[in-house]
Amino acid sequence: MRIAAVATATLLTAGMVSACSSGGGGDKAESTTLNVTLANHVWTDSLKKRIPDFEKETGLKVVVNQLSEDQLADSYKVKLNAGSADVDVMMYRPLQVGKLFAASHYFVDLTKHVSDDATWNWSDFQPGPVSITTYQDKVVGVPIVTENEILYYRKDLLQKAGLSVPTTMDELQAAAKKIKEQNPGVAGFVSRTQASAGVTQFSGFLYSFGGDWMDADGTSTVGTDAAKKAYAYYGGLLRDYGPAQVNTDMSWPEAMALFQQGKAAFETDASSLYDNLANPEKSKVSDQVGYAAFPAGPAGSKPYNVAAWALGINSASKNQDNAWKFIKWATSPEMTLALQEEGNSGARTSVWENPAATAKFPAELVKAIAENGKNGIGYDRPLVLSVAQAREIVGAPFVAAITGGDSNAAADKANTEFQSLLDSEKK
Amino acid sequence: MIFTILLIAFPLGWTIYLSFTDSFGSVRAPFDFVGFDNYVTALTDTSRFWPAVLRTLIFTVGALAFELVAGMAIALLLWRPFKGQAWVRVVVLLPFVATPVAIAMMWRLIFDPNIGFANQVLGWIGIPPQPWFSSPETTLPSLIFVDVWEFTPMIAIVLLAGLTALSDEPDEAARIDGANAWQRFWLVTLPLMRPVVLVAIMLRAIDALKTFDLLYTVKGQGGGSFHEAETLNIYAYTLSFQYNSFGLASAVLILFFLMVLLSMWLLTLRRKERTK
Repeated sequence: MRIAAVATATLLTAGMVSACSSGGGGDKAESTTLNVTLANHVWTDSLKKRIPDFEKETGLKVVVNQLSEDQLADSYKVKLNAGSADVDVMMYRPLQVGKLFAASHYFVDLTKHVSDDATWNWSDFQPGPVSITTYQDKVVGVPIVTENEILYYRKDLLQKAGLSVPTTMDELQAAAKKIKEQNPGVAGFVSRTQASAGVTQFSGFLYSFGGDWMDADGTSTVGTDAAKKAYAYYGGLLRDYGPAQVNTDMSWPEAMALFQQGKAAFETDASSLYDNLANPEKSKVSDQVGYAAFPAGPAGSKPYNVAAWALGINSASKNQDNAWKFIKWATSPEMTLALQEEGNSGARTSVWENPAATAKFPAELVKAIAENGKNGIGYDRPLVLSVAQAREIVGAPFVAAITGGDSNAAADKANTEFQSLLDSEKK
Repeated sequence: MIFTILLIAFPLGWTIYLSFTDSFGSVRAPFDFVGFDNYVTALTDTSRFWPAVLRTLIFTVGALAFELVAGMAIALLLWRPFKGQAWVRVVVLLPFVATPVAIAMMWRLIFDPNIGFANQVLGWIGIPPQPWFSSPETTLPSLIFVDVWEFTPMIAIVLLAGLTALSDEPDEAARIDGANAWQRFWLVTLPLMRPVVLVAIMLRAIDALKTFDLLYTVKGQGGGSFHEAETLNIYAYTLSFQYNSFGLASAVLILFFLMVLLSMWLLTLRRKERTK
């Protein structure tokens, strides 16, 4: 019996999938305490400072629960699954969980709310991000942070090699090669290498080589010639001109650490991460960082340009009107401008057109973001219900290419697996 | 009693219930009963499930074996008083008192293949850099190493408690009979220590089987790009929290549960046979 008890306890602690009993939810109708769950993000830091103003204005008490990206996703899955009411406003990643959460009816329909107030002006939000926070013609979230894929480079290393900033994939490859040969211990190019984490950064390469994840009918296209060329190019760039030790575990902190340490010449990643390289407290090479639009492949320059984060309201919340008040305040034109002045890329067109909003960004970065905005694609991963599973599948071929494996065969395998995932979701 | 029902029976019962359904996306979403389908899917899955079972066993047995040997050595070292013993005890215990996630983060930095300290040290003595956590072949051994580093002190404490409780008489009798140190350890101390060693094995085996924090912090969801660190625990977590396949995840957890029960039963069975 004792063993049974011990083993039972093992199972419970091992990972109770289902024991997500309701976590409170004792809010009375329209309580004056508002529970806001936010991710660890620079946007959150900027907003949090201003929350006392909101409390003074409305008389509401705001309780902020702040979590890392992964913890946030897990916490939502447990709480929302259980129908818990102790989350009112939720910051979420529309690309990663938007479709799943909307299909699971976790969000309040905001369509009426967003169109109610002309001064708040919903039509001011960029169409790309809005399309991602809309599900079956219903608005379920308000985009707060946007980002696109840019090319970070080292000005000094380019100058030493006598090269100009690469504008095409071929030039990028040649420059990475030359710089790596010239500077022992310095990688020509770094980016994310982990099968799942790397998918978002690979997406720009996939689109620029003329590929995509699937076609309009929902058929997998990761086995097409264009996709195979993109896999081979991205993986080859990292294998041949990447860091000395090939590592298939790099997400952005690991890849960026190499650049920050002065051990890389080029990196492609999200524009929203620029402070990690430009801030002298974080980066040894902050005075040498350059920013460029995403290089063009055979199909042109097609980086992703997406809404990375949005705010929604939990459908089980008992405090929905106050939750909307908070979202309206946090996403107003004035607040978006104020936050953007602190370096947060927002989703309002009018703010991007305001020179004050971008004065604090490096001028070259603003130019690169504007350039990317023209050709950007509105998603950086397959938009399915099981995004995490899809990412592991479609990321495998570039991992194969990085480690010197047969990426074409891996792409064919990924195509079959991804197709069966797509089919299973159609049922 | 109510406490037991609420905290143990209900989650267990609910997990068993879910394991017979095709629950996906949200447990609030409608789902169908699919009988033993999830169990069949798991037990016939040679690409994720069985490799995860194998890794769980390799990790547990590998870590446990090293921890027992090293733990016994440390316990013997600390058994008899010597100068500076208090200091040695503190140093030996340090890894055990640190938070597992912090330890995992620390080793991730040390073992970073390009900018980590481990490869720098190897460079000083002329050994080429090693991939540690970043190659499918070296990941599991490196993780076992970290687990051994962290949990050997725990085994050492348990064994030391056992040693201190031993009567000195058998050891002295053997000494008078002319047995050397190794003979006294092997023929006298170790047999007397058998019950304590078994307790240490039980405690640590359960703990090692359900290791999650170290593996997840180092390798993330799916146990890395090649699933190289995906144990049953990580697999079940990935299935539920990443893939949202609650039915299949529940089935995997129930199978895991049965395996733990079986191994505990085998261990106690062996113990009973010996005491007979």
